[in-house]
Amino acid sequence: MTTTTVTAAAPPRIAAGLWSWITTVDHKRIGALYGVTAFVLFLVGGLEALLLRIQLARPENHFLGADAYNQIFTMHGTTMIFLAVMPLSSSFFNYLVPLMIGARDVAFPRLNAFSYWVFLCGAVFLNLSFVHGGAPNTGWFGYANLTEKAYSPGTGVDFWAIGLQILGIASLAASFNFIVTILNLRAPGMRMMRMPPFVWMTLITSILIILAFPIITVGLILLLFDRLAGTNFYQTAAGADPLLWQHLFWLFGHPEVYILILPAMGIISEVLPTFSRKPLFGYPVVVYSGIFIAFLGFGVWSHHMFAVGLGPYADSFFALSTMLIAIPTGVKIFNWLATIWGGRLRFTAAMHFALGFIAMFTMGGLSGFMHASPPADLQQTDTYFVVAHLHYVLFGGAIMGIFAGLYYWFPKMTGRMLDERLGKIHFWFQAIAMNLTFFPMHFVGLLGMPRRVYTYAPHLGFGWMNLLSTIGAFAIAAAIIVFVVNWWTTMARPKNAPADPWGGGSLEWAIPSPPPVYNFASIPEVKSRDPLWHAGAREAALAANAVRGPIPMPRNSYWPVVTALGLTLLLASLVFGFWVGAAGLVVLLTGIYAWAFESPEGGGKP
Amino acid sequence: MTAGAATLGAPPAHVEHRTATGLSSRKVVFWTFLGSECMFFGSLIATYLVYKGRDAIGPHPQQILNIPLTSYSAFLLLMSSLTMVLALASVQRGRTRATRVWLAATALLGMHFLANQVYEFTHFVHEGLKLQTNLFGSTFYVLTGFHGTHVTVGVIWLWTLFGMAVRGKLTQARSLDVEIAGLYWHFVDIVWVAIFTLVYLIQ
Repeated sequence: MTTTTVTAAAPPRIAAGLWSWITTVDHKRIGALYGVTAFVLFLVGGLEALLLRIQLARPENHFLGADAYNQIFTMHGTTMIFLAVMPLSSSFFNYLVPLMIGARDVAFPRLNAFSYWVFLCGAVFLNLSFVHGGAPNTGWFGYANLTEKAYSPGTGVDFWAIGLQILGIASLAASFNFIVTILNLRAPGMRMMRMPPFVWMTLITSILIILAFPIITVGLILLLFDRLAGTNFYQTAAGADPLLWQHLFWLFGHPEVYILILPAMGIISEVLPTFSRKPLFGYPVVVYSGIFIAFLGFGVWSHHMFAVGLGPYADSFFALSTMLIAIPTGVKIFNWLATIWGGRLRFTAAMHFALGFIAMFTMGGLSGFMHASPPADLQQTDTYFVVAHLHYVLFGGAIMGIFAGLYYWFPKMTGRMLDERLGKIHFWFQAIAMNLTFFPMHFVGLLGMPRRVYTYAPHLGFGWMNLLSTIGAFAIAAAIIVFVVNWWTTMARPKNAPADPWGGGSLEWAIPSPPPVYNFASIPEVKSRDPLWHAGAREAALAANAVRGPIPMPRNSYWPVVTALGLTLLLASLVFGFWVGAAGLVVLLTGIYAWAFESPEGGGKP
Repeated sequence: MTAGAATLGAPPAHVEHRTATGLSSRKVVFWTFLGSECMFFGSLIATYLVYKGRDAIGPHPQQILNIPLTSYSAFLLLMSSLTMVLALASVQRGRTRATRVWLAATALLGMHFLANQVYEFTHFVHEGLKLQTNLFGSTFYVLTGFHGTHVTVGVIWLWTLFGMAVRGKLTQARSLDVEIAGLYWHFVDIVWVAIFTLVYLIQ
């Protein structure tokens, strides 16, 4: 038997205890695991940022040495991208997609658990480098041939390359799962163009991941061969071209930018309509713009390489394709504005963050558009201007969007309402602090301060602006503490959230907060977009919550965690030696075979 | 045979559930996996092509690549695709003996291919082409080595299915297991057609 059955006679008990979390295949629990783990890693990445800012607070500071600074800025970037923003998005995918499409779980619940455990192992492995010979220190982009053994002799780069491979496997497995879940497990009547925009952005992001990650996988495999087997892929002495790495990296790296931002755009497209009491303006155009952004995302990678001298034809092509991306992005921004226009607005904390997203992301987009032009880019590249740009789109964009989603769906996930007043304090603190931190970086950059350099001379005259940035960074930390306090005190209070505290239109609001393990007692029938906003639909959906018969649910399994551990040990053996790998291989094969034969029935679920 | 015929029309109730697209989730997920694999091998092949002809020191491809032997290897893999199709057709018709025979034949053809690759690699090393010798050595061994690893995984998968078939567990209702292994096997075969053409034939 693959399934346990929930019946009306014996109402489902929520299993408790550590073991039930280790073996869980429930998408909601896996979403919670992703969320909490990624938030802790977000704090780690933030702490690293504070260390960097202390070092840069004044010229010729000696708080961190050059080498420690290099390690920490590399780990800050790698952590925020792969261990914070991506898994935070993944947490929303996990928790919300099955609820929004009217399903009881994802298509492959055990694969979903596997993704989380591989992600956790990868995060731990990457951070082990701090205590095992030093963290990677070549930047999150790890340009060849600086990463070659001759120039980076320690194990830091090995930890980085292997860690990214492990995390890549986690992302790939999750993306395969979400593509199939969205295509196959939609409730009857939930046509593609009736799906909530967040589900659309999840689908597009997942497709980007499965097409972009194999490219960096190859880039990293070649790097590891160079470092561990003495091959020549990035060895200029053997005639190799180090630009191969840059092409492979940015062919992955630019789609990665959209992998980070599209989920936040999806969140905004859910929050704004609810708090404007209006359907999303131009829904099909928002969806098509997302698809167009993803498609173009594969044709702009060389704008990261204007300074290497690819020649006027290549530069012109990539400048034009980059500028073209501003069109679908602008279309989305105008659609959001038109959604708010004339709406009955409610300024909740979630709405604050959603509006903050539009403002901050637009500013990041404008500076991005500036370095789409190669002559301008040559002035800006490798300076703090680019640091300002990328933090406006990723902190002002992705993180603001994620917080909008957290305030919006927190009642659904925990059954408790966050304190709205503290939420608004959090927003204003964070919005002002982030501008204090990142706005001066535009000027510091244009004045010529290079990125990735651990200090600067006093006579350059931008010491005071760096001090402002440092003060801003600590203010951001204070804003995050407000959020943590809000979270902590809310969790200590009894459950108080109704099924639909905001009057939302999508299916997750039809079921109790937090949802029962089986989500929907009977699978809803969908007749329109925003189903709960249509006459009679709400009543029908709520009526469907009564359990009438047996509900097949997937059984817990510990093979995903075993397989994840085996895989990590196998890859970790490239640093830790043969016996770790041998043990890993045995565990991995045991895991795969036990998993494959655990449920001979296999396959999809109802 | 009669048992097979009797259940032919009946839906395999315990395997397939209703899906929004009407396609099996396992099949769709496997197709997305193959899409990802295309980018993987695409990047490896692109690396080979970008570095082609950049070596100052030999051995160079035209001095060392053995086209007759590799043509024979390519023939083996193409034949294994045929036997794979026959294995799927057999299991779908509930012909248990034929299923076993064609699965074993596919796996053996794959193993013959791998044996040829081992011979080829050993021979090249004797000729002085190592992984570290030059860019050709690095790109050639890593590209064809990853393909060989894929074939190895496929062979293990096929023997696993064979083991299930021998124990009578690979029933008609589970033909999807064979179909998905087949998708993988054909994909690995197609990748070889690309490698054979771009690396061996077009020098």
